[in-house]
Amino acid sequence: MKVVIIKYNAGNIQSVLFALERIGMQAIVTDNTEEIRTADKIIFPGVGEASTAMNYLRERKLDELIVSLKQPVLGICLGMQLLCSHSEEGDTTCLNVFEKVSVKKFISGNNEFKIPQIGWNTISSLHSKLFNKVAEQSYCYFVHGYYAEENNLTIAKTDYIQPYSSALSFENFYGVQFHPEKSAIVGEQILKNFLDL
Amino acid sequence: MLTKRIIPCLDIKDGRTVKGTNFVQLRDAGDPIELAMRYCEEGADELVFLDITATTEKRKTLATLVREIATHINIPFTVGGGINTIEDVSLLLENGADKISVNTSAVNNPELINQLAANFGSQCIVVAIDTKIIDGNWTVVTHGGRNPTLHKAISWAKEITDRGAGEILLTSMENDGTKAGFAIDITREISTAVSIPVIASGGAGSMNHFKDVFEIANADAALAASIFHFREISIQELKNI
Repeated sequence: MKVVIIKYNAGNIQSVLFALERIGMQAIVTDNTEEIRTADKIIFPGVGEASTAMNYLRERKLDELIVSLKQPVLGICLGMQLLCSHSEEGDTTCLNVFEKVSVKKFISGNNEFKIPQIGWNTISSLHSKLFNKVAEQSYCYFVHGYYAEENNLTIAKTDYIQPYSSALSFENFYGVQFHPEKSAIVGEQILKNFLDL
Repeated sequence: MLTKRIIPCLDIKDGRTVKGTNFVQLRDAGDPIELAMRYCEEGADELVFLDITATTEKRKTLATLVREIATHINIPFTVGGGINTIEDVSLLLENGADKISVNTSAVNNPELINQLAANFGSQCIVVAIDTKIIDGNWTVVTHGGRNPTLHKAISWAKEITDRGAGEILLTSMENDGTKAGFAIDITREISTAVSIPVIASGGAGSMNHFKDVFEIANADAALAASIFHFREISIQELKNI
């Protein structure tokens, strides 16, 4: 199986690579269109700022490539948010794979809820093959200041200030807000499930 | 519910884990990778590695160690010690660190925080504040408490938040190494004053100290070293309280 991690200017690619190695999978990190197009599984990672990342993708025409993919694609964190329609971060028009799903900024009325959310929170209402063998209320590691609203593409929910989408899917596209590559055994199971799709 | 985080800290010198009291009497606490893997199995939420070697020549070996750690553990980890430039941060992130921690370099050059946040995102920038009481005020200090600065802890915490820090690692030099509990008052004041997560450090000696710093001081995470290294407190048991 050929697994490709899309290389762009949003960090933490190394962590994803190491996590895949731990479950016995060697992946290729590339921004080469042909390499991406011929992959069996594609991971679209991301830690960074939405408008900068979108500009980078557009300059390299990776935006057009990503939306045209037919094989399973997993967006992680910012990668998931960029698959939505719009993000309040930098008022950014995103890839619109998850149509009509907008990404909003966490607003906390007090210091009880720190922003960004950093740490381990539970995922629930799991309904996707992505969560095979993953228990309801499993803990995953999150680091984010923006969230995708709940909608009809939601396949996992998390509660922070309000319930939101911690995972989305549409056709061959999957997105997770948390970092499976840093979510211990649960995260490794989710990565395995993605590779098994 | 977002959980409170338990974070073991590994002080690294010449590739080994060491622990001293107030930066002296260092005793060997073992191989950092073995310890890191043990902590992962025991359910630690994150790990922090602080390089106290901090000579330029030896920093290259740090990147190799970071890489080695990153391949072996499946939870987030932060690396600190001797970070002065964007290049220093790039090197550590490329080798698999998730976050970096700056301390003295941020005090000497606060603009560094803005630059790092702009380049790598706030989520990976931890700013460490070492503080002790000087003339009745919680004051920011560097070099393990030896050098006082002009900053008061609370105003400095607000300033680094405004500059783009993603988290504060707050160490009370009054409590560090005492095992008498975390500094509840200053932790609570800073946690209330800023909108970013605060990691409390210094003074952990019992399970109840963790409970207090989470419940009374409203810390988002608590960090400790020797009590975990020498198995005085089990992370597994601590997670269940």
